[in-house]
Amino acid sequence: MAVEEKRLIFKHIDQPGYTIDIDCYLRNGGYEIAKKALTLKQADIINEVKASGLRGRGGAGFGCGLKWSFIPPTNTKPVYLICNADESEPGTFKDRQIIYKDPHQLLEGMLISCYANRVSLAYIYIRGEFPDGAKILERAIEEAKKHNFLGKNILGSDYSLEIYVHRGAGAYICGEETGLIESLEGKRAYPRIKPPYFPAVLGLYQCPTIVNNVETLCHVKHIMAIGGAEYAKLGTPNNTGTRILCVSGDVNKPGYYEFEVGKITLGELIYDVCAGIRNGNQLKAIIPGGSSAKVLRADETFKIKQKQADGSMIEKSITINDIPMDFDTMAAAGSMAGSGGVIVMDHTRDMVEALANINEFYAHESCGQCTPCREGSLWMKKITTRMTHGGARKEDLGLLKNVADNIAGRTICAFGEACSWPTQSFIAKFPEEFENKTKTETLSEPIRTAA
Amino acid sequence: MIAPTETAKEFVNIQLDGQWVQVPKGMNVIEVAKAFGKLIPHYCYHPKLQVVGNCRMCLIEMGTPKMGPDRKPILGADGRPEIAWMPRPQIGCATNATEGMAFRTDSPLIQECRKGVMEFLLINHPLDCPICDQAGECQLQEFSVEFGGEKSRFVENKVKKPKRVDLGERIVLDDERCVLCSRCIRFTRDVVGDDCLGFVSRGSHTVLTAHPDKPFNNNYSLNTVDICPVGALTSKDFRFKMRVWFLKETPSICTSCGTGCNTVIGSREGVVYRQTPRENEAVNQCWMCDYGRLNFHYLNDEKRLTQPQVRVKQDFFPTDWDDVLSQVASSLKNVSPNEIAILASARMTNEELFLVKQLQKQLGGDAVLLDILPRPQKTDHLLVCDDGNPNSQGAQLFGVSQKGKKLETLRQGIASGKYRLVLALHEDLTKLGVSSENLSKIESLISLSLLSNATTEASHFILPGAGFAEKRGSMINVKGRLQRLNKATATPVDAKEDWEIFNSLIARLGGNSFSSIEEVFKEIAATCPALANLSLSKIGDQGIALNFNS
Repeated sequence: MAVEEKRLIFKHIDQPGYTIDIDCYLRNGGYEIAKKALTLKQADIINEVKASGLRGRGGAGFGCGLKWSFIPPTNTKPVYLICNADESEPGTFKDRQIIYKDPHQLLEGMLISCYANRVSLAYIYIRGEFPDGAKILERAIEEAKKHNFLGKNILGSDYSLEIYVHRGAGAYICGEETGLIESLEGKRAYPRIKPPYFPAVLGLYQCPTIVNNVETLCHVKHIMAIGGAEYAKLGTPNNTGTRILCVSGDVNKPGYYEFEVGKITLGELIYDVCAGIRNGNQLKAIIPGGSSAKVLRADETFKIKQKQADGSMIEKSITINDIPMDFDTMAAAGSMAGSGGVIVMDHTRDMVEALANINEFYAHESCGQCTPCREGSLWMKKITTRMTHGGARKEDLGLLKNVADNIAGRTICAFGEACSWPTQSFIAKFPEEFENKTKTETLSEPIRTAA
Repeated sequence: MIAPTETAKEFVNIQLDGQWVQVPKGMNVIEVAKAFGKLIPHYCYHPKLQVVGNCRMCLIEMGTPKMGPDRKPILGADGRPEIAWMPRPQIGCATNATEGMAFRTDSPLIQECRKGVMEFLLINHPLDCPICDQAGECQLQEFSVEFGGEKSRFVENKVKKPKRVDLGERIVLDDERCVLCSRCIRFTRDVVGDDCLGFVSRGSHTVLTAHPDKPFNNNYSLNTVDICPVGALTSKDFRFKMRVWFLKETPSICTSCGTGCNTVIGSREGVVYRQTPRENEAVNQCWMCDYGRLNFHYLNDEKRLTQPQVRVKQDFFPTDWDDVLSQVASSLKNVSPNEIAILASARMTNEELFLVKQLQKQLGGDAVLLDILPRPQKTDHLLVCDDGNPNSQGAQLFGVSQKGKKLETLRQGIASGKYRLVLALHEDLTKLGVSSENLSKIESLISLSLLSNATTEASHFILPGAGFAEKRGSMINVKGRLQRLNKATATPVDAKEDWEIFNSLIARLGGNSFSSIEEVFKEIAATCPALANLSLSKIGDQGIALNFNS
């Protein structure tokens, strides 16, 4: 194997004998870093996180330290921190491992992050489909309270923190941070308009709020363990640290793996780590960052710009196997690293079927608040479903693409992009498969005129 | 008179479709465009409701000044900041004007955005405008013509949703027509404080519904019909009664309480079909209560009096105005002033009340009993006033009202037979507790009324008057605002406008008469300092705040 895993978050996960009890966590050095952090100045912790270059692991890859710094300096309201454990992007199953197998790691990361941001009340918003995860976290919180890692005057300091677990109502959109906040407030998870409702300014209960992904919060612990500068040496510049990749689909060894960001290529991931394509099949396509990420075609070449050690930029042409798994290169290759959910498809896959499947998911999950996404996602689903049932027309390809174009960039939240990127990219990358469908049959439905 | 005061505002320079203009800081782009005669189409945005930005119809292009290394805007050749345009369109409703911002409201990108949103809104919407009650005042229809495409590309089956949903006592909902703008939800939650509407289900299957245990019955429910941009919410009272393009629209005011909400009366061929609120920031913003809105059906009631009548023994005979007024005048001449009582009404206009006062003077002044019937009632937190009379202030101003202090005297005087002649003007004496036995003691009972009631039944002369939609005139609301009624329909058959009745009667008694209602108001303005220098036309459609202390 060319590339070794670098396990920070997953250091103990799946180790024989490692349990979710606080005793086991403490035996393995648990809460030591939090103890140390509680003696530091808040600003010093934030500076360490900034220096680490940590980027959010939820999907957008936004700088964590920068996000924290958006809390207005003049703020007098309480600041809330919400751990986004809604993990709802298809293809993503990393936060689940942390919650189910090492809950105290998350609590310790949260404790440090909350202390740094002067948060005294934090929530873990966990998806409704993780009922056991919620129980595990509840139990872990009780244990942490007994050891005074949570509660009043934590470990003799002046600092107090309560963490509550809130179970989601079972919708994809609850993972969108402002939708999550609405849901936490007891309302429908309708994402808020930004401006003015940036969480850092007007978040939960109209107070400044930090929403961080489970994995991101765990990384804070490891940053404080080794220092921001040291952490930044992991991975590649601007894509620091480690991250968990969830590989699913047509590989021999699907699963979750932790690597330094950008230190592994897609090819290494699939052929070395995941033992290649199943049944000796040919690779056809990869969705590299959760189902909403744009699909990559196995035989395309990607022109990417890379920063050299001396700071100069070079442009080079690479194949899919050579794309390093980092935020910036994946964006340069026309997709996104997203949530780290790598979905692999082999040559037996019908791309129209695959898109119909994805479209069905997004049509089902559109919250319905704003027009383009509400109506467009269902329309796209209906078109692709019709295509898979032999009802494709010549004009459907252009229509489908145009519907997606009319959604992306025109909605309240990023769901507009999430639901239109698959359609846009599948059509752009595999036009022949869609055209083949239309050749099989034509539908002589009359075009209706508007009233 | 208090002039409306413009609060001092900070102005900023913005670029609107290439032109630099000055607008108040913080004004949202839809309002900015409106101020310069441009329409940014929208469904969910309403100036009185919280901004939610869900319809995406008001997308605009937005730019900010390009900043130099010194963090100051880079200026172009014209001395104005150069603009950095954002690649993504923004919603106008949630975008507020700040210094140096630039907006394009009609660029090719924006036209394409609107066309896209229109298409999305229509794919699952029934295309049956000819049988939709909203046709003619439907923004979906209007914007479709203005901004939509000519054809639908949608060939799939439409989403089926509930139709004819009984949302409450006065509202019917068609979920298939709903564009999910949430105006109704925000209105009843935030303005009324009755959080009983909401969405259920998800995505394109989302439907509007009322809380299962809280039907949508609050006294402001019909305002949602006004603000619903499409045909989803309709009024049970009005739906399918009349196509809106046939309605004549007359600006007027509601006369159901002291608030005096500004209204538009919708009428056709002498029949009032609906009343809707008309915007007036000083009175009712753009709302009105359901009670007041629907309180016009009596104008067409079967009990409506339409002919002057004279009673001979127990039978009423229709007659003409000349005859009835001559008989009333001679009856008035045959009694002494202290044998006359006039019960007027604070539901009458200023002009009518002024003439009633003139009539009292003509008949012998204060010796003639004159008062009104007060109508105290429960107020609410929004528009319903604690005074059920629409013109108590006018009745007070013209010396007609004794605030009901003389009603006891009137009751006793009728019982004792002291009042041989009683004029009941738009009031039913039995509502004061006068028994029908005592009513029969009155030698000459004269009723001016719209509908028959116990008093008209006992009257010797019945004078059919005009309802609020059938006359011109003015009233003063509880806050001292002088407002105007306008005539939407003619009085039915041979009923007459009240001011003319009083005018003729006064003339027959030898007093001065007026040639028009303008003349009456001119006299009022000349004799009443609070109304000095005013005329009916000067009142305008927004009314005038009076200063009684000057």
